[in-house]
Amino acid sequence: MTTHRTTAFLLSGSLFLGLALTANALSGPKIPQARGEKCVEPVEMMRRNHMEFLKHKRDATMRWGIRTEKHSLVGCIECHAAKGEDGKYIPVNDPDQACRSCHDYTAVTMDCFSCHATVPKEGAAPAGSKGDS
Amino acid sequence: MSSKKIVFLTIEGKSLGFYFLLGVFALMVLAGLGASYYMEHHGHVVTGMNNQIVWGMPHVFAVFLIVAASGALNVASISSAFGKVAYKPLARLSALLAITLLVGGLVVLVLDLGRPDRLIVAMTRYNFKSIFAWNIYLYIGFIGVVAAYLWMMFEQRMNRFTSAVGTFAFVWRFILTTGTGSIFGFIVARQAYDAALLAPTFVIMSLSFGTAVFILMLHFIYSMTGRELGDLLVGRLRNLLSIFVAAVFYMTLIFHLTNLYGTQHHGVERFLLLEGGVFTQVFWIGQIGIGTLAPLALFWLPGINKSRGSILLGSLMVVIGGLSQIFVIIIGAQAYPLTLFPGKTVSSSFFDGAINTYSPSLPEWVLGISGFGIALLATLIAIRVLPFLPQRLADAQTES
Amino acid sequence: MSTTKRPDNRGRRRFLTAAGGVTAVATIAPGVRLIQRVLAKEDDQAVSSAVRWGMLINTNKCATGCNDCVTACNSEHGLRDTGRPDTDPQWIRKVKLVDDQTGKETSLPMMCQHCEKPPCADVCPTGASFRRTDGVVLVDKHICIGCRYCMMACPYKARSFVHETLTDQRPWSPRGKGTVEACTFCVHRVDRGQQPACVEACAGADHGALVFGNLNDPKSEISKRAKAVSSRQIRADLDLNTGVRYEGV
Ligand code: SF4
Repeated sequence: MTTHRTTAFLLSGSLFLGLALTANALSGPKIPQARGEKCVEPVEMMRRNHMEFLKHKRDATMRWGIRTEKHSLVGCIECHAAKGEDGKYIPVNDPDQACRSCHDYTAVTMDCFSCHATVPKEGAAPAGSKGDS
Repeated sequence: MSSKKIVFLTIEGKSLGFYFLLGVFALMVLAGLGASYYMEHHGHVVTGMNNQIVWGMPHVFAVFLIVAASGALNVASISSAFGKVAYKPLARLSALLAITLLVGGLVVLVLDLGRPDRLIVAMTRYNFKSIFAWNIYLYIGFIGVVAAYLWMMFEQRMNRFTSAVGTFAFVWRFILTTGTGSIFGFIVARQAYDAALLAPTFVIMSLSFGTAVFILMLHFIYSMTGRELGDLLVGRLRNLLSIFVAAVFYMTLIFHLTNLYGTQHHGVERFLLLEGGVFTQVFWIGQIGIGTLAPLALFWLPGINKSRGSILLGSLMVVIGGLSQIFVIIIGAQAYPLTLFPGKTVSSSFFDGAINTYSPSLPEWVLGISGFGIALLATLIAIRVLPFLPQRLADAQTES
Repeated sequence: MSTTKRPDNRGRRRFLTAAGGVTAVATIAPGVRLIQRVLAKEDDQAVSSAVRWGMLINTNKCATGCNDCVTACNSEHGLRDTGRPDTDPQWIRKVKLVDDQTGKETSLPMMCQHCEKPPCADVCPTGASFRRTDGVVLVDKHICIGCRYCMMACPYKARSFVHETLTDQRPWSPRGKGTVEACTFCVHRVDRGQQPACVEACAGADHGALVFGNLNDPKSEISKRAKAVSSRQIRADLDLNTGVRYEGV
């Protein structure tokens, strides 16, 4: 009885793992090509630390009014939002878009976009603003 | 002291009735969780709460439970802190209810937050000027202190500390209810609050509501398990409750009289006492009629005050009156507009100067009531697992 | 309680460059030339308590029926009318006053008064409600738990709770369900030397009832005017030292 159960357990476990691995191999995160020359940080650095950068910048902006573009979420979105065939921006938290594809892949939820805009605003920025933070 | 030893026993918990109640309470809890999920998913737009009435039905139930929790500890305090031996057999249940009611209230409060998913933020970041933040410490500390107190009572080696820890718990609960009252009392902005009197009023309210809930729970647990519960003990609790009810009435009286004295509070007083529609009705019928006069009659009138039925009915009425009172305090105060420009009539698209109406939606009721479900479920499970209750509470056992 | 240490930008600070401008000359209304010292803050420079932002509202100039400041605010911050006035946020609103004795009518905009001692920040359990050192009262929506205690405590009914899911927010004005929000004095504009949207709109409609500026600078337009005319705080009895003042009521 016990052995049966263990075997079943192991079997289903490895089956699941196998499936998961195949799925991963087939569909890793696909990040659309970003605009702009290069990222504000090396890719490796960004991959690991973007959340820390964002968090640090958010506090600097909100509490201290520091409005430089580097590490600002708005800055990220300006480069990383892709345009669809209709020429309109696709929200960065849509499936397979810059933020979401990776976050789906790593199963990490994002809390940014219940408040933050998901596409750059062309022409709608307040006069003189250089893309806000 | 009675020479007969008190034997504490768990309830058997095998009967159909036990599982039935377990199921009912669990359903209440599930319904509350569902209601909360629904509210969070759609946003508070699906509730009756809005930018005018920002705290609604969930807060009424939550505050009632929290206030009743500290009052429920009263029985234990009387035995441990004031050495009244007659109440000693009840101390464990009293402490248990203090914890479970508090947990019920807090869960409702958390589930109503705009971002309950950020509970961790509330637990890790504090603004020490906020009474809310103090209260988080007071509540969590209270659970800890009462749990320690229970341990002193359960563990024979620790019994000798019972009285010390009990006294500490008693002081803690005092501060706790003062803190809860101050949530409202420190709000200078609102015409109906801004009174230091609210804090002591909450302390007395807690004694009244807590004792009422205690009597009801005690009776039903004993009658359902077929254990003996003497009239002498229940009669003592009734006397205690009647004094608390009268004291709450006195505080209410003083509160309104003070307000009536100063002209600037006449508007809000007229609103609450005379012209406030549902709030006026809830005040007079709920708080004063059902919550004060009727129970006092049931507890004091010779002839009926001895019957178990009138004591239970009276206790139930105190609970209903308590909910009414908190309803008037929390929601009535928000219904009355802020006075920004005395001597002028104001109007705007944002309801300045307007009396606000509130019609609670079903999910709010369900969430609020689920707070009772949580408290009851936790109590039921606790008395099944640990020996909280004396096997018998016949008069002979509790004579002091 | 602040989450970050004050950023140190000594050495990087460039004072009043040509681009920032020492003095901005703006035409607020025809014939009225307003010379305002703009504190040109560089983008990388932190705000400081040398500045206290404030607004002086001349109710005599505020036109009954005009709603331009409100409209400007709504479009600046993406506040939309859902047809549910009970729950729709309003950061600024027009209030009509009628004196009970004399019957005199006054119209004025009401919004967050940016108190020096804000009750909302006092009661907020997490420190989400805070006052920037330059006097702007804000909500840190990253740590707001949506308890609404601040709304209970605000004497001005200045705050709104976001009751439903929002989409398509303005990049410069993040707003979201389950958190509390209010007038930000348009910090995103002010930090770059611009005027708040409502002030600009009021001037644009030739009313010029709103003057915005640095109360700590005796030479600013707002300070000079506040010194010359009699103005008051709403609910001055609470002693909150509001940043928004009214003249003519
Ligand atoms: S609603 Fe948000 S900002 Fe307001 S008191 Fe609660 S946590 Fe603070």
